[in-house]
Amino acid sequence: MARVLLFGRLSDVAGWRSRDIASDTLTALRDLLCGEDVHLAEALRAPGVQVALDQAIVRGDAALSPRSEVAFLPPMSGG
Amino acid sequence: MITLTDQPFDPGALLSDFCRDRTETGAVASFVGLARAELGAAAILELEAYPGFTEGEINRIAQEAVDRFSLDDFAVVHRVGQIAPGESIVFVATAATHRRAAFEACDFLMDYLKSRAPFWKKETGPDGARWIEPKPQDHADIARWET
Repeated sequence: MARVLLFGRLSDVAGWRSRDIASDTLTALRDLLCGEDVHLAEALRAPGVQVALDQAIVRGDAALSPRSEVAFLPPMSGG
Repeated sequence: MITLTDQPFDPGALLSDFCRDRTETGAVASFVGLARAELGAAAILELEAYPGFTEGEINRIAQEAVDRFSLDDFAVVHRVGQIAPGESIVFVATAATHRRAAFEACDFLMDYLKSRAPFWKKETGPDGARWIEPKPQDHADIARWET
């Protein structure tokens, strides 16, 4: 079970912010999310979406443990 | 010091506190960002952060500013949650021996916060809600520091 977090427009599109999802890798998790929600799939493919694993930005695939926290981060804007 | 708060803050009081008991600093620069009403188009601004990650990322870039501009100290206070027009969104202060470093570090930190810090900003008005993402100008601003 990985804890999956959506931020910004992604949580609006999906209709949820946090879910526990069983998955062994980041790629498998992303495929699972995209397979169940075509709108979220489109939003995740938008330019500038980053992924953080246990609060560190990752690029490419990574293994997930049952206590992993995976966050999908759309383009950021503060100030 | 990095603080995220869902409560309104008084930037003047923050600046006074930041300046207190500094006998060797010489220069303090500060910036305050305010929520705009956009002539009625923006009734409320909502800012989301990723607790823990957001503070960590700001701290990482603030430490870069400390090294790059030889800062004595810095303060970043950032609102999260719902913000009304006219309220302060962000307060940044930098302390250095001389003014140029303080000004530049403050500018650097704000350019970073606008387009790289983990916040997500939603504006709601009479015509509905929209997510605000960095504009080309924000990307051009931060590119100035990446040489």
